[in-house]
Amino acid sequence: MELNSRIPDGPIEKKWDNHKFDLKLVNPANKRKYKVLVVGSGLAGGAAAASLAELGYEVECFCYQDSPRRAHSIAAQGGINAAKNYHNDGDSVRRLFYDTVKGGDFRAREANVHRLAEVSNNIIDQCVGQGVPFAREYGGLLDNRSFGGAQVSRTFYARGQTGQQLLLGAYQALQRQVGLGAVKMFSRHEMQELIVVDGVAKGIVTRDMVTGEIKSHLADAVCLATGGYGNTMYLATYAKGCNGTAIWRAHKKGAAFANPCFTQIHPTCIPVTGDHQSKLTLMSESLRNDGRIWVPKRKEDCGKPASQIAEEDRDYYLERKYPSFGNLAPRDIASRAAKQVCDDGRGIGETGLGVYLDFEAAIKRLGQNKIEEKYGNLFEMYERITDDNPYQTPMRIFPATHYTMGGLWVDYNLMSTIPGCFVLGEANFSDHGANRLGASALMQGLADGYFVIPYTIGGYLAGIKPGTRIKADDPAVKAAEQTTAERVQKFFAINGKETPTHFHRELGKVMWEFCGMGRNEAGLKKALQLIPQIREEFWKNLRIPGSGAEVNQSLELAGRVADFLEIGELMCLDALERRESCGGHFREEWQTEEGEALRDDENFCHVAAWEHKGEGQAPVRHVEPLTFENVHLATRSYK
Amino acid sequence: MAKHINLTLHVWRQKNAKCDGKFVEYPAADISPDMSFLEMLDVVNEGLIRKGEEPITFDHDCREGICGQCGMVINGRPHGPKERTTSCQLHMRSFKDGDTITLEPWRAEAFPVLKDLMVDRGAFDRIIAAGGFISAPTGSPQDANALPIPKENADLAMDAAACIGCAACVAACPNASAMLFVSAKISQLALLPQGQPERYIRVRDMVAQMDAEEFGTCTNHSECEAACPKGIKMENIARMNRDFIKASLTYRPPTGGGGAG
Repeated sequence: MELNSRIPDGPIEKKWDNHKFDLKLVNPANKRKYKVLVVGSGLAGGAAAASLAELGYEVECFCYQDSPRRAHSIAAQGGINAAKNYHNDGDSVRRLFYDTVKGGDFRAREANVHRLAEVSNNIIDQCVGQGVPFAREYGGLLDNRSFGGAQVSRTFYARGQTGQQLLLGAYQALQRQVGLGAVKMFSRHEMQELIVVDGVAKGIVTRDMVTGEIKSHLADAVCLATGGYGNTMYLATYAKGCNGTAIWRAHKKGAAFANPCFTQIHPTCIPVTGDHQSKLTLMSESLRNDGRIWVPKRKEDCGKPASQIAEEDRDYYLERKYPSFGNLAPRDIASRAAKQVCDDGRGIGETGLGVYLDFEAAIKRLGQNKIEEKYGNLFEMYERITDDNPYQTPMRIFPATHYTMGGLWVDYNLMSTIPGCFVLGEANFSDHGANRLGASALMQGLADGYFVIPYTIGGYLAGIKPGTRIKADDPAVKAAEQTTAERVQKFFAINGKETPTHFHRELGKVMWEFCGMGRNEAGLKKALQLIPQIREEFWKNLRIPGSGAEVNQSLELAGRVADFLEIGELMCLDALERRESCGGHFREEWQTEEGEALRDDENFCHVAAWEHKGEGQAPVRHVEPLTFENVHLATRSYK
Repeated sequence: MAKHINLTLHVWRQKNAKCDGKFVEYPAADISPDMSFLEMLDVVNEGLIRKGEEPITFDHDCREGICGQCGMVINGRPHGPKERTTSCQLHMRSFKDGDTITLEPWRAEAFPVLKDLMVDRGAFDRIIAAGGFISAPTGSPQDANALPIPKENADLAMDAAACIGCAACVAACPNASAMLFVSAKISQLALLPQGQPERYIRVRDMVAQMDAEEFGTCTNHSECEAACPKGIKMENIARMNRDFIKASLTYRPPTGGGGAG
């Protein structure tokens, strides 16, 4: 397998400009002769489908939800970064680029990150043009706030619903194209297989989640924008339906999977309350602008109500350890610090797995009204879930799985190792290295969808003769349909005793314990023994009632869990082989005396891309070396 | 640890849009008050699957009250008893031991039942496709700060934009009217300067599609506002009606004429 990143030559500031000029164009009259499939309708997929249709391509878009407006991008609360420097505080494209490379702990590609920073400003313009109601100041200009890992205010936001508003902007652009007949939308459809002919992506097979119909869709290119695979952990801040199926099945057809162990554990989520828990809810990082994180200094105080713990008995551990970034330390660092104080026996709440996020000082300083205006909906959500009033008592929070930086390997054009199969947004591995900074996911999703793929896909399609799409009777199409139908039958044939959720939960426990915030060789090896056992039990003892020819949510879940049971194994394998700590990947064997991540640039300054070798065969690890010519490799410091 | 409770559920079961449905009774035993309402249904469903019975089908996704995919009528109220709370954010502490809970799908001519509590809300997507947007093709807009917008207008637009498209408003309305949903989008875009060029054609096209989908009309019951989990206000309907009247009075057919050459 060859990993050619196709990074253009030239100085970093000129690469994208030059590349856009060098890419071949498809003439306007020819664009309608090409068909592109977009799987997923979130920020990346929705933006791509709308933009490609505006250009004149024939587009089909697919989502598993009942409407493209439901994609989980909608749940992002805090904001989106851009290097506008509207506040004159020293921001620039170069600084956003620098912060993102450093924030990712030097495990992302410089050229991709620079392009992301360059187009960040276009995204804000685009969204405002669509009518996204960003927060404004009294003068009518756009407001900004700060997010972790940055010392400038570059985060644009729409109350605590930034993801919702950006997604609805993309959704409306998409629906406009649907209304014009330029996009054909397939809601409640789930991709089952990628159709590959002579090594090139030519279509997909879907299952209609209402009728059960299995059908092929043939095209000149396929874009996967299906989000991350964090639900492998079972409990996560993802939507219940988020899954790794599309990228995993593409992986099995030849797309390399890069850095699967790079998962983000977000520091501020509402803690688990019991075994019934089905998902975790995030409290936006923006709260760390005004909230102070602490635990009691003494273990004996942990059982007391917060109000009875005197100021001098509180340990504001982030402010103590990282004075220059304080409560806005990057996510990986803040999460690990929370784990350390809880491991130390100073966690709060019934389970001892929690820390306080306290607004008392901010309410005193700014008044309750101001806090309500900034974070009202988040406070309400917290109260609904926990029955606690955060204006009166501090929030209780704990880290939870939130994002996957890993994903399908893509080149500079966002094309995977399967020609014709492009991967956008969280589904690819490209821009965040080993740790994503807050407010950067929305930026990347929209950058890929609005401003990268419309250019790079043209370069690919220009090399294909129009009208050369495969036909429905192609053997590859029939084979992919048959595989899908057989998989459905196989699930029903097991006729065991346990539900898909049972196996998902079991997998999640193993993943969180051994491949979560802290990882070590013995634990990962144990996980690599346990996961195949759960998988074996799954295929022996699963029970799916009903039939495949109707709405069947158990069947849908079974298909996703079957894939999680394989993805989890690759995550553990990747974590085992990456014998260093970087960003969110913390190998306990590699840490500084102060408990910070210790990178090994000599041996691991690279992307690990895994190649599938067939069922039951060990995957092969390939390497794309990373070079840092503009941001010099250094130990991250947020002190 | 709070004391667990036992409940009885009366659930609407319907195989698909063509079949008749009926209520079926299920016990929900040993339920923690810390569970969300959907987690309680998960527990019931796990039990049904283990017995080889079909679980209760219901729509849900984000489970944090923002995607708008969940929604069922709980004891006669869309999204249940707690104000400004979606079904997924409702918690079992809102119920007490021994309660009987009745669960039904959204009931409206425009939303066919797909299975049990799951309905087809495609009509909402078609209304947006008819005009619920600002035409701003990718790459065309000017600098974001070139157009200052008074904070109060931006805030009002945001209030309207908070709609999650769950359709509780339709389920609550005795006329199954979609006017709260439609007016929220019309208001958001009409309050912003970017939305002005298409303001009147938008309201005309969206209302026409709304009528074509066979939603009822608003007769000011205000049930929608009470049921809305996001606090969308009836004043949006007033704004839509004003714009609609103006659009109807000022309507001029397209002048046609070619642009070739």
